[in-house]
Amino acid sequence: MKNPDHLQHPFEPMTDELPPEPGYHFILDRRKFLALTGGGLVVAFVLRDMLSFSGETLSPGNSQVPVSGVGAWIHISEDGKVTVYTGKVEVGQNIRTSLAQLVAEELMVPLSSITMIMGDTDLVPYDAGTFGSRTTPQMGPQLRKAAATAREALLEMAAKNWNTTAGNLKAENGMIVNAATNKKIGYGELTKGQQLLIPISDNVQLIATKDWKVAGKTVPKINERNFITGKHQYVSDMKLPGMLYGKVLRAPSYGAKLLDADVTKASKIPGVVVVKDENFIGVAAPDVKTAIKALEAIDAKWEENKGHPSNENIFDYLVKNARGESGGRNADDTKGNVEQGLTEAEFKHSKTYNIHYIAHVPLEPRAAVAEWIDGKLTVWTGTQRPFGVQQELADVFKMSKEKVRVIMPDTGSGYGGKHSGEAAIEAARLSKEAKKPVKLVWTREEEFTWAYFRPGGVIDVSAGVKKDGTITAWKFNNYNSGGAGLATPYKIGNQKIAHLPSNTPLKQGSYRGLAATANVFARESHMTDLARLIKMDQLEFRLKNLEDDRLIAVLQAAAKSFGWNGPKTQGHGFGIAGGFEKGGYVGCCAEVMINGDKEVKVVRITQAFDCGAIVNPHHLEQQAMGSIIQGLGGALFETVQFANGKILNSGLSSYRVPRFSDIPKIEIVLIDRKDIPSAGAGEACIVGVAPAIRNAIVDATGITLNTLPMLPNGALA
Amino acid sequence: MVLSINGDKHEVTVDPDVELLIVLRDYIGLTGTKYGCGEGACGACTVLVNGNITRSCITPVNSVAGKEITTIEGLEKNGELHAVQEAFLATDAFQCSYCASGMIMAAVALLKHNPSPSENAIVNAMNTNICRCGTYPYIVKAIQLAAKS
Repeated sequence: MKNPDHLQHPFEPMTDELPPEPGYHFILDRRKFLALTGGGLVVAFVLRDMLSFSGETLSPGNSQVPVSGVGAWIHISEDGKVTVYTGKVEVGQNIRTSLAQLVAEELMVPLSSITMIMGDTDLVPYDAGTFGSRTTPQMGPQLRKAAATAREALLEMAAKNWNTTAGNLKAENGMIVNAATNKKIGYGELTKGQQLLIPISDNVQLIATKDWKVAGKTVPKINERNFITGKHQYVSDMKLPGMLYGKVLRAPSYGAKLLDADVTKASKIPGVVVVKDENFIGVAAPDVKTAIKALEAIDAKWEENKGHPSNENIFDYLVKNARGESGGRNADDTKGNVEQGLTEAEFKHSKTYNIHYIAHVPLEPRAAVAEWIDGKLTVWTGTQRPFGVQQELADVFKMSKEKVRVIMPDTGSGYGGKHSGEAAIEAARLSKEAKKPVKLVWTREEEFTWAYFRPGGVIDVSAGVKKDGTITAWKFNNYNSGGAGLATPYKIGNQKIAHLPSNTPLKQGSYRGLAATANVFARESHMTDLARLIKMDQLEFRLKNLEDDRLIAVLQAAAKSFGWNGPKTQGHGFGIAGGFEKGGYVGCCAEVMINGDKEVKVVRITQAFDCGAIVNPHHLEQQAMGSIIQGLGGALFETVQFANGKILNSGLSSYRVPRFSDIPKIEIVLIDRKDIPSAGAGEACIVGVAPAIRNAIVDATGITLNTLPMLPNGALA
Repeated sequence: MVLSINGDKHEVTVDPDVELLIVLRDYIGLTGTKYGCGEGACGACTVLVNGNITRSCITPVNSVAGKEITTIEGLEKNGELHAVQEAFLATDAFQCSYCASGMIMAAVALLKHNPSPSENAIVNAMNTNICRCGTYPYIVKAIQLAAKS
């Protein structure tokens, strides 16, 4: 049976968020590659089983490598410096640091000798993007294998030089050492004058996780000093010689049609370039104030769309507009007979859970700097998908991808919200016309209005349970949120689970944890309600119905550290929730306090997290912390308010995100499973927060809150 | 108009109502101070004017002429980090770090006025600065560490 959580695609392509995936068939020229990396080197190509099925062998004489077979590469220069090339990008998750740790571990070099070249489409191999918690489980092992291959090659080279066998030698701190003769040679020296391309073998021996010395340890963020001194150049900080500042004319509401625009006045402002191209109107000016003035000088007439729903009636709208697609990835997940299961139940419980649209709010809004030189377009932009944006640009400007370079400097966060290339396209269009570099930084209002949101949704759940805690039926319909986290980990013989896409009135797309936050909220809320129906402890009921050892372990670890069975102050409540997402297992306990005015305060959250072998404990804890805190916003008060095709709270004074004073005491229990490959850590920890808080409120008051956010005004009604 | 920034005088020719943030970033090249919201609601643009926290994104440049402006770039002296920066470095507090400059400037001002703030005082003082990555508990720790040093 198809499990919607285990579909082939590593992420959910959602409405309008992404253009179709590009197909890559072109060939990387070896000479071009060597020119990129310079002379005297050892290179380990990572080939995804490419050699085995093509029957091809790679040697220094081989000239071409299919790009589709290359995942990442590592280069060791004559001076011993190591450069790692990967299409993954740094958005604050500190993957630059943890991938470097994995390479340092396998290659036996100091961390400081490694430079990570990331997300530059001219320099790194194709990569679909940094999303879905895929970097650690996919890129991590590839780089480990590449580094281990390079290490073994260096050992072989030294053995040949010294007329011995590699078994007598060891790699240590960037050198090959012969302990018997006390001979040492640096990697750089060893490779001098040679050009080697080495394919990796899948059989290469990796350092066992339990023997890790650099990986598995807390090391600080790479280049951290640049970030705390203001020296790091985000895209929005860049300035190129002669650069202009761009602005784009926005529609007054979603779906508004441009009828007519008079740009004469704007064009007459000295230094201003106006572009009017079909429905695109933009300006570029020597400074941002002039660009704003030019935009204001444009007289545009729009025909606005009527009949948009608002956040007041959105849930009815999503159900009524369900598209009824039931095939493919939206096929029902059915087991047993759910109607029969309901008749067998001693208690039945049905509820509708509603999820409002929320925004990512990356603190650095979308930004791009574009420059055309001799027909080649270069765009620096903050995106989680540099190659995706390269394709978007190639499509829009009808040119080959080789003529488009996208560079992604470490950016001011994404949370799944920077998959698309709007700012890149806009800056490039203006720059093409102006024949000068153009920088375009979205305002906060633009980011709130013209980016995409986490989908709103409606989830209907009907379940049956017996007094002994056996769940007899589970019927789960999700309208519009998405398929992630749809499946239930509990033992239920009769179930019918479906995702029903709807016509979203707002642009929607990926968001940290995807729909799992919505689906786990509905599921775990319902589980606690069922436990209460049969007067069983929330945790005990879950454990009774679970088989997955890792999920059981995180629930127990969270409960233990939290003091689940400990004393509870009058007016306080305890709640629990658990889930599995993107290879990570999470158990979450929450304590709330309700005062006389029915104000709810989240007192503390204890979360246990297992995502396999830990690569960097501090950065992992930060990812868990970030997920919990971001989860608090969507759980308690974040809502995109909209009506008549307009976003009504498009600023940070009106759209509330968590602040210092919103943060309860948070305890994170990391479970280091050295026996299990590392999974990504940026998403799973968001899913348990809302239901754990909701269940704590039920525990304290008996009141069931079934809409996210639960407490927009901070108090129970 | 002459601006005094990090101890240096800068002559700028600009309309008097242009926001300080734009002048710092686009005219003087001090891009450590960030744009986050444009309405003084997130703190990313925080600088100090005569030692006081100022939201540069809503401050007209003529209102700060003749006053002493300090930005993140002005904290490091002769290659030595400010004690608050040292504490943030030691704590490895930030994730994407886009909020870092504003957070650090706000923390510098807080500790100047209250050298050993309680946790509550830190939360109250920092509450107008947003970190969307959710590193708040680490920022509190870093400020506590800075207060000790």
